[in-house]
Amino acid sequence: MEVKEIDQVMEKYGSDPADILGILMDIQEKERYLPRETLDYLSKKLDLPMTKLYRMATFYEALSLKPLGRHQIHVCMGTACHVRGAARILDKLESQLSIKAGEVTPDLNFGLKTVNCVGACALGPVVQVDGEYHGNMSALKVERMLKKYSGSENKEAE
Amino acid sequence: MVGFLETVILKSVKERGGPVFRLNSVGELEKLRAEISEKRDTGKPCITTCLGTGCHAYASYDVYDALAEEIDARGLKEKIELRGTGCHGFCEQGPIVVIFPSEICYCRVQPEDAADILAALMEDKVVDRLLYEDPVSGQKYEREDEIPFYKNQNRLILGQNRLIDPQNIEDYFAQGGYKALAKALTDMTPEDVLAEVKKANLRGRGGGGFPAGVKWETTRQAPEKEKYVVVNADEGDPGAYMDRSLLEGNPHLVLEGLILGAYAIGAAEGFVYVRQEYPLAVDNLSRAVEQAQGYGLLGDNILGSGFNFRVRIKRGAGAFVSGESSALVSAIEGQVGEPRPKHINTAISGLWGKPTNLNNVETWANVPFIIERGADWFNGIGNEGNKGTKIFSLVGKVNNTGLVEVPMGIPLRKIIEDIGGGIPQGKKFKAVQTGGPSGGCIPEQHLDTPVDFDRLQELGSMMGSGGMIVMDENNCMVDVAKYFMNFLKDESCGKCTSCREGTKRMYEILEAITKGEGRAGDIELLEELAWVTEKTSLCALGQTAANPVLSTLRYFREEYEAHINEKRCPAKVCKALIRYTIDPEKCDGCGRCQRNCPEEAISGELKSPLVIDTDRCSRCGICLEVCRRDAVVVE
Repeated sequence: MEVKEIDQVMEKYGSDPADILGILMDIQEKERYLPRETLDYLSKKLDLPMTKLYRMATFYEALSLKPLGRHQIHVCMGTACHVRGAARILDKLESQLSIKAGEVTPDLNFGLKTVNCVGACALGPVVQVDGEYHGNMSALKVERMLKKYSGSENKEAE
Repeated sequence: MVGFLETVILKSVKERGGPVFRLNSVGELEKLRAEISEKRDTGKPCITTCLGTGCHAYASYDVYDALAEEIDARGLKEKIELRGTGCHGFCEQGPIVVIFPSEICYCRVQPEDAADILAALMEDKVVDRLLYEDPVSGQKYEREDEIPFYKNQNRLILGQNRLIDPQNIEDYFAQGGYKALAKALTDMTPEDVLAEVKKANLRGRGGGGFPAGVKWETTRQAPEKEKYVVVNADEGDPGAYMDRSLLEGNPHLVLEGLILGAYAIGAAEGFVYVRQEYPLAVDNLSRAVEQAQGYGLLGDNILGSGFNFRVRIKRGAGAFVSGESSALVSAIEGQVGEPRPKHINTAISGLWGKPTNLNNVETWANVPFIIERGADWFNGIGNEGNKGTKIFSLVGKVNNTGLVEVPMGIPLRKIIEDIGGGIPQGKKFKAVQTGGPSGGCIPEQHLDTPVDFDRLQELGSMMGSGGMIVMDENNCMVDVAKYFMNFLKDESCGKCTSCREGTKRMYEILEAITKGEGRAGDIELLEELAWVTEKTSLCALGQTAANPVLSTLRYFREEYEAHINEKRCPAKVCKALIRYTIDPEKCDGCGRCQRNCPEEAISGELKSPLVIDTDRCSRCGICLEVCRRDAVVVE
């Protein structure tokens, strides 16, 4: 991320250190992670110790120090989804992508994460990919869903 | 600054509703309301489509677009209004389309249905196939309010959702929006507003049920001049989403409640802390704040009253514990959202050490109704000590999943059976989990208990924010306890050793039990750990962390014992204790399971009964899911 862009994000929040969480989240959204250099820069500009930025980055689920996948898959593990078999959906995704929850595929195309509740409980089990909801999931539907996102990636490449 | 704000407002309001201008008095507000009503009172039909998150997931935006195209194609743009609304609550049946004024309700609407809906509307008919059909009786219902799911509710707070386009403030004005604020600013002193809320016995809807009026008074009377009010929209309880629906579907209602609270308490600044998992709520709320600013309902000299109040929105970043009041205060300040010791309550020393009143979304949404209609009216709803309605998210193994709003004190059974329509596939009810991770599981024998803050606590559970997760005979209660403990050990911030280690050890014991490695004495050890964690943790997360274990032990001890002593999972859930086989009598060898088995554990000749290799089988359950002849057996 260029310095100019980081400055823009900071300006949006009036460079207020109290808004550091908002600033980090905006950077996370743009970069899919919080690069070391960006944190260094923020630390100097906002006069915040690096330890604090690392503490925020490791405390909040939405922040990551490593790049997330181009398509970020969130498997809802909320109670409603759990009682309707969310664990099976996760198993299937893990075996299909050959990664564990919290990891990213080697080509960085898919990242897999569990979330504690996306608040779409009536649709359980729910999987969210790039913010899009897939409700009433079954282990069988997983393959089809993944294909959809692998496909869109190829199109972009063309 | 003003220029920037104006362009934003003009841009958003141009899309929906008329021009924005500052309202300088209550009279001007009422004049505007009258104009809006007149403009709308033309009797022309309005087709509403639910664009809430549930229906959205079922592609309700496509339905909305298809309806818009159809209206356009038929040249009916002037004759029919189309409106995208917030969540109607009957998420199970989404996408929902309701036509006003007839209130005909269509369920599970697809884009292809648009033409038929329009054709029927023009001929004063209904599209029979899209009507709700009761899964048990087979009866069809035309009007939304006739459907048993809605009929047995009292949708005081949620009711406006289906009438309002959340991005159009005019819709809220048309429903009497900001009337309570007008009333408070003209006829009531801040003390009057506070007294009314106290008299209404409004209890906090976020979990504890603490009287909101008492909390307000503490903040109001705190010596510091600068005070804050906060909407806690960090709805983190898994299985609960009513706050999301309110913020997404009717953001002005929450804002109006907050402004009233600020007036009563004497706060000039407020915050809304919304979890980042709810992007639509953030969008709709941001827009609502802009619109309210444009009309002078937020900012300086609100409606010419001399009262000033501003609101800022802060996004959370995914941390369950940040919903705790002192943690939320830290998070807004830009610190890590961890709880602080509360020798002095946040009501007295909260944001930046100033008195801060926090309430959750649903609590704030009650306030405009109390002020407009009066505490006596509010006290007419609910039971002794628990006034008003409560919204529950009725989810899990129940036919009609969705958001349910009922007067407090109605029996659990009524919610699950009458509104929820019972358990799917004729399965047997086992327990209902309320109160999120701090709550507990309530079994069949207590289903006639009235649902309120106090009774649920007596049963070893709690109201929490209103999650209600129904479980049937196929849910293992040890697994459920393990599930919550896993959640809590992950979400524990780690500050208190008892919570950090206690949840972890309890989880390990539960995991061992579900793996068939439980030992005699495990239950007693769990109880001891539960006691210590409860007694020695700083915040409510740790203090209540053992509830899921204790309540399942209280009502389902025999299930724990079966796991430990007989190495058996009665509900057939715990993978290590079950195995999948194929019933040769039922299997016709179609090969569906064989093709779909990820472990290639199924073998045999096609057209003759297949066999599962138990050693290779990972118990994923796909064979069970795909078998059309119920030939897969779990033992």
